[in-house]
Amino acid sequence: MMVKILYFAALRERLERSEEQLALPPEVATAGALRAHLAARGGAWEALANLRNLRVAVNQRMAGADAPLADGDEVAFFPPVTGG
Amino acid sequence: MSVRVQRENFDPGAEMDALCAGRVDVGACASFVGLVRAANDGSGVHTMTLEHYPGMTEAALEEIEAEARQRWNILDVLVIHRYGELRPGERIVLVVVIGAHRGEAFAACEFIMDYLKTRAPFWKKERRADGQHWVDAKQSDDAAAARWRE
Repeated sequence: MMVKILYFAALRERLERSEEQLALPPEVATAGALRAHLAARGGAWEALANLRNLRVAVNQRMAGADAPLADGDEVAFFPPVTGG
Repeated sequence: MSVRVQRENFDPGAEMDALCAGRVDVGACASFVGLVRAANDGSGVHTMTLEHYPGMTEAALEEIEAEARQRWNILDVLVIHRYGELRPGERIVLVVVIGAHRGEAFAACEFIMDYLKTRAPFWKKERRADGQHWVDAKQSDDAAAARWRE
């Protein structure tokens, strides 16, 4: 399945990437598994494994690590929000 | 109900007047304006840049408004949040709640701000003399949002 992945704020700068389209292997079926899959790229991507409090949204709603992913989903990773 | 996410400034008085215009059932109009502070943690802020997640930002704000309307008997809500580069003294956010009575309007306004601070996908980056820094989320903001669940 294909997903669109977005990165915001400090995470976006660390990864030097704001978005990508990625084909996922069948075993990567949840938001948490995707996070581990990306962290396994190594280098700056290990931030995805190491950052405490990293948030994830699936299809523009806050989600937990166990949130299932489907083809065409939009998944976003970002630090805790600081608006207002 | 309305939510606006925009780069441009806004006029709080004009927005409050517009929300109440033509109605005779409004007894209370409560509002909050958040501004860029010059000194955060003691060192001078030159500019503050707000990044957001277009699409999710609007959805999250609408969800917060909907929850406020479920909790309190209020007549209408307006939320405006800016993004882009702002300077000290500039407005960041406006929340206006109108209702028949002040108690519910005040409470809903504070609730919306507390939830916005912890749930709406905005991120602040400050530029100071010593460089640029992403603002860290505050535990006090989490605590402020959590008290509404007690």
